[in-house]
Amino acid sequence: MTAVPASPEDAALDREESGGWTGWVRRRALRSFPPDQLLPDKQPIYVASWIYVFGVATIAAFIVVLATGGILALRGPAWWHESSLGHYVNSTHLWSVELFMAFMVIHLWGKFFMAAWRGKRALTWITGAVSFLASIGTAFTGYLTQQNLASQWVSTQAKDGLNSVGIGSYFNVLDFGQMLMWHIVLLPLGVGLLVVAHVLLVRRHGVVPPFPPKDAHDVNSTATEGSVPA
Amino acid sequence: MRVALSTMSAINLNHPGRYVHWGVIQISVANLVLILLMVAIFAAAILLPFPGTRRRK
Repeated sequence: MTAVPASPEDAALDREESGGWTGWVRRRALRSFPPDQLLPDKQPIYVASWIYVFGVATIAAFIVVLATGGILALRGPAWWHESSLGHYVNSTHLWSVELFMAFMVIHLWGKFFMAAWRGKRALTWITGAVSFLASIGTAFTGYLTQQNLASQWVSTQAKDGLNSVGIGSYFNVLDFGQMLMWHIVLLPLGVGLLVVAHVLLVRRHGVVPPFPPKDAHDVNSTATEGSVPA
Repeated sequence: MRVALSTMSAINLNHPGRYVHWGVIQISVANLVLILLMVAIFAAAILLPFPGTRRRK
């Protein structure tokens, strides 16, 4: 038996609320991320500074990390240890990680001194910080799976610290297979999801503005007005 | 050929790392150079004008 709407407003509400869980997700997504906010073509004028470049530079380096890591996974260790092209892709994977971490830390410094958690941006800050920690874990397991003396040294040094805090039986750095799976599946997936969440939150709440001037008289003389193409 | 060989020897990493000791702080020269480079890039990013900003003012 279908309930009859008591008024035209109720009927409109029923139409809006229909569609099952897919309709609910669609409405929620459109409310949270309107298309012009999700893919903006303009940014506030204060974004025209080099310090705002390091977030997207980190993402660009991350894409190279994922692409070179994917090639290494496809071709296998014999290829990356023996062939010149394998050496090149292996090195590109390393240096893109170096750039990824360096850009991310400079991005972190910039956002820290801007107090980028202001204006309901706490979750944006937290997802960035956690993705930084997850990236350290991913880099660490990458060191463990180099199959050389350095990886043996790092793993034998790390096992005592990890055993002392009681996680050695779950996260065994001497287990090459387990560390490889953490490095190529679990941690990249975690970092990727956190980066996506981080970017969506930036889109939702906008880029954090600079601190307002202490002298209210200077408000109109700041460069925070207007916008620039994204 | 000689230039190429000397360039290769200049970046030869097949030797034990060099370290800086300062009290309880011990850091490899490679890491120290990298950190100083990042600080320099951070300072440059704040101080250098962004292309096109002067035109829009």
